[in-house]
Amino acid sequence: MITALSLRNLAIRRGGRLLFEGVSLELSAGEACALTGPNGSGKTSLLRAVAGLVRPEGGEVAFPGVETEEARGAGLHLIGHQDGLKPARTAWEELAFWTVWCGGSETSARAAAEALELPPLLELEVRRLSAGQRRRLALARLLAAPRPLWLLDEPLSPLDARFRARFGEIMVAHLQGGGLILAAVHDPLPIRAKSLELAG
Amino acid sequence: MSRLGALIRRETTLAWGRGGGPLVTVGFYAGVATLLPLAIGPERERLAAVATGAAWVALALASLLSLERLFERDYEDGALDLMTLSETPLELTSAVKCLGQWIATGAPLALAAPVAAIGLGASAALAPLIFACALLGGLAFAFVGGIGAALSLGARRGGLLTAVIVLPLFTPPVIFGGGALDAMASGLPWQAAFALLAAYTAAAVALGPLAMAAACRNALS
Repeated sequence: MITALSLRNLAIRRGGRLLFEGVSLELSAGEACALTGPNGSGKTSLLRAVAGLVRPEGGEVAFPGVETEEARGAGLHLIGHQDGLKPARTAWEELAFWTVWCGGSETSARAAAEALELPPLLELEVRRLSAGQRRRLALARLLAAPRPLWLLDEPLSPLDARFRARFGEIMVAHLQGGGLILAAVHDPLPIRAKSLELAG
Repeated sequence: MSRLGALIRRETTLAWGRGGGPLVTVGFYAGVATLLPLAIGPERERLAAVATGAAWVALALASLLSLERLFERDYEDGALDLMTLSETPLELTSAVKCLGQWIATGAPLALAAPVAAIGLGASAALAPLIFACALLGGLAFAFVGGIGAALSLGARRGGLLTAVIVLPLFTPPVIFGGGALDAMASGLPWQAAFALLAAYTAAAVALGPLAMAAACRNALS
């Protein structure tokens, strides 16, 4: 169970260009951090480095008290630009699959769908959903299979005002339950959060 | 376990729909098998002599068809990221993906192979061995093909690259399977060649997933 995230002097190089170096962050249970910076400053790469998908050029990512392998295997959710959804499958098939894949059950998938007002859409193919609806479907994973650390890449951008507020409440509840959130954003997060700015 | 069960169901249904699915694969197979006699000439003896070999090579080509999509779509839509973030090792995930590919395209091709070979003039007594070779060889094609598909992730015209990587690796199973069929057709012992085909398949199933997982991790980072 992840209770803290620690980045020390992290540096990431992509395609020969040094995106940033010397980035440090301490995040503990119940805290959120908004990751800001201009386009191309490395926000997405930083999130992917925390998830272990990108190898940093220097520095380290640690989850104090937990083996890194274990933390990345079952302790974190990554919601990226792409939602990981197959257009030809129904919303329910995709939600149910990812829920089971992340260690949840069909019951928890139903409950998560309720929380994001997805039930009327579940029988539709993913290709019929709007960008905001798809994002809600992806965000439902967070609730369907609880994991402590949420890595969110511009989670709010396709959502309308009502669902931004709703997701704000969901994030608050997650933090109160001892969760951690690291979110790359352009608009301020609707919750109290630390901030980390990448200069670009 | 429920996780892998869910994955194999998903992979099989996705492979079933991928690029038109088994109908297109089997259709392509039937097309190649029909074109061959037109080029070779219609004499029965000449056709019968090449029937099993032709059916076998056409099978190898047909199993290339939907390979490029094996990892490509999951890579593009972010699903591969999520598959990596799991307690299930990526090696096992890759193996299950190949298994899904085999169920959805290899098995229908294995059913079509004896029909095509007999249609070309092979003896009906060969049908069970053709089926067995196609089923076993198909498994090798899926796992070896998966390596090519993973290596060409992110490349432009990945499908072509996959074919170029994979076709040389198809050589041993094509030789062993063709050898077994040829031996049986001429009344010689075929077991040795069949055993070699099985050995190659076992190696592909055992080692392929390691290569696929490494190639996927490399493509993601």
